[in-house]
Amino acid sequence: MSDRRVFRAVVPGPPRPGTFGKIRAWWGGWPLGQLAFLAVLALFGWLFVSNVLETMARIGILPGFGFLSSSANFEIGESAIAFRAGDTYLRAIAAGLVNTLKVSLLGCVLATILGVVIGVAGLSRNLLLAGLVRWFIEITRNTPLLLQLFFWMALAKALPAPRQAPALFETVFLTNRGVYIPSLSLEGGPFGLLAAIALAAALGSALLLLLRLAGRLTRRSGTAAITLSLTAILLLLVLSGTRPIVQAPALAGFNIRGGLNLSPEFAALLTGLVVKFSALIAEIVRAGIQSVGTGQWEAARALGLHDGQIIRLVVLPQALRVITPLTTSSYLDLTKDSSLAVAIGFPDLVSIINTTANTTGQSMEALIILIGTFLAINLALSALMNLYNNRVAMRGSTR
Amino acid sequence: MTTASPRLLTTLRTGLFGTRGNTLITVTTLLLLSQILPPLFRWVVLDATFTGDATACTRDGACWAFVTAKLRFILFAFYPSELLWRPTLVILLLAAILTASALPRFWGRPLLIAWPLTILACWLLMQGAFTAAPVPSNQWGGLPVTLFVWAVCFAAATPIAVLLALARRSTLGGLRTFSVLYIELMRGTPMVGILYVAMLILPMALPDALSLDKMLRAIIMITLFWAAYIAEVIRAGLQAIPSGQREAATALGLGYWRIQQLVILPQAFRIVIPGMVNLAIGFLLATSLLAVIGIFDLLNAARASAADPQWLGFYNEAYLVVAVVYFVICFSASRYSRWLEKRLASGGKRP
Repeated sequence: MSDRRVFRAVVPGPPRPGTFGKIRAWWGGWPLGQLAFLAVLALFGWLFVSNVLETMARIGILPGFGFLSSSANFEIGESAIAFRAGDTYLRAIAAGLVNTLKVSLLGCVLATILGVVIGVAGLSRNLLLAGLVRWFIEITRNTPLLLQLFFWMALAKALPAPRQAPALFETVFLTNRGVYIPSLSLEGGPFGLLAAIALAAALGSALLLLLRLAGRLTRRSGTAAITLSLTAILLLLVLSGTRPIVQAPALAGFNIRGGLNLSPEFAALLTGLVVKFSALIAEIVRAGIQSVGTGQWEAARALGLHDGQIIRLVVLPQALRVITPLTTSSYLDLTKDSSLAVAIGFPDLVSIINTTANTTGQSMEALIILIGTFLAINLALSALMNLYNNRVAMRGSTR
Repeated sequence: MTTASPRLLTTLRTGLFGTRGNTLITVTTLLLLSQILPPLFRWVVLDATFTGDATACTRDGACWAFVTAKLRFILFAFYPSELLWRPTLVILLLAAILTASALPRFWGRPLLIAWPLTILACWLLMQGAFTAAPVPSNQWGGLPVTLFVWAVCFAAATPIAVLLALARRSTLGGLRTFSVLYIELMRGTPMVGILYVAMLILPMALPDALSLDKMLRAIIMITLFWAAYIAEVIRAGLQAIPSGQREAATALGLGYWRIQQLVILPQAFRIVIPGMVNLAIGFLLATSLLAVIGIFDLLNAARASAADPQWLGFYNEAYLVVAVVYFVICFSASRYSRWLEKRLASGGKRP
């Protein structure tokens, strides 16, 4: 006791900050000014909201989210969830959300594949190929996405009618009623394709988690676990009598039957997004690979590695550190830009929200849902990509 | 010439047929091109119709007669045809100030003053204020609208962005939190959503005495939206300034605003200007979204031109024309950005 008192008397330091002190330090200087600024902002916000509420009251609209359970009297062109006019607005919005997620997810995957191919092709020593890629990238980057969507839409509408449509590889039909591709489904057994995939994914991740908890997760054991779960599911499928059915579309009368039909709007939107963002991703890939100096290549060659090994072990781990964060923002942009669907008539989230706002008059609630949903998608996607980025970054620093 | 052509030949030979794989790639690419280019050439030139009216045009080739007939509409949309000198002058004014801003030798205070004056002049010109023939903003359209909205929003968003970036970097917790929330909210929302806010919410939120027209509402919301993006670019520049600069300036007895104005911001701006040019290119392309809320910008005017009953359905020609306009502007801007980046990186001294 007495020691401490003496100690204090000798070295008079500042007292450790308490909770209030910490908040005070975080809040920083100019405390009242900041408060006043935020108060003015809040006042403006309150004014706006009260104005909106007043206007809504004047035209006889009840504010709140109660309208979600009332029935929506419009049709949705296409949706993964069954929707008929008369279903609730909530269901309509969910259908729109699924459409948005579908096109964004497919768009991200396809744009990545195409972007990597184009990016690598652009690095080719072949002058013709490199020049071609250069022009493709410049043209797609320097014209508006909406213009490209209009173009793809015009092209989709200008395709021949199903009867005259040529079949590519006998199975893919490009018609003015949409694109027909072969569909893959599983029939004849208790499993659907989705259930099988879900089961395989669950089994695989359970095994990986177990390995990880046991501290035995290496590349080899991980690969083995994934292979094991895939074979198990396949065996189960075969044993239960499920057969994969590939259904190719075929001309029947005036229309094409069978297969999977992508509507012209969906096909145009997906093509537009994939083409535009593959150009952006190609640029990122090029920058990433070029960020690895030629010295690295030379050193790896001197060690006796062949080209495949150099790319896998030396170049990619370093390039991915540049590529991953940039691609993340490309994915976010792609998801946001899928909202341009509204301009070409694909029923995505934004277009359903717009219809909802126009038919119910609940525009503030509808837009709150819209912005909230996109924020949630964005946050989820950046969290996921951050996880991956941490892995890439760590791998780079430990090896 | 005699020394250059053998070298060129060697480059071409090794570049196209250097190895067996290279030759394969060249041949495959040529085969692909031979499938694509001839039909395209036929459509653009050989089968195209250059004069006459819609009946003269065939479906096999491009109808350039449509473009000659509708070019005025694509560029200016519904602006009264006897007053076209006004939007033309607006385009010239904006081109002049953009060119001046692009040349480092003009960077300085006069340019900063010239910007708001030019924008004001453009606004008055388009409106035809103080004249006997005012033109309401719902008749504006085409290229001047695209350029005007772009220039106004970018110019107005930059000061807001500077404040946001400074707030995000400051030690003031309240302002910092506000800035982070604002920037993330804006960057998480698609621009279409922002335009819908301008269309649907803003008229309800503003008091009746203060009713703004659609163009102005869109400009306000786009400005607030772009400010978040510009703020992030500027923040990157602020982060690149070593803290010794600030400490030295503090030691000289300068206050916060003087430090930012005289020491930090001039250096930060020099770092971020190429990034801001790239952002500006993206923004110019993004103004085409104005079509979604029914403003006749360049792209929407092109679409409307092909909906004319006399010239129905020549969408491809219309889109091609505006694509060329967008491409020329954006391509030269991106070249400029690359040139500037090199110059700023190599110069070191005041550009």
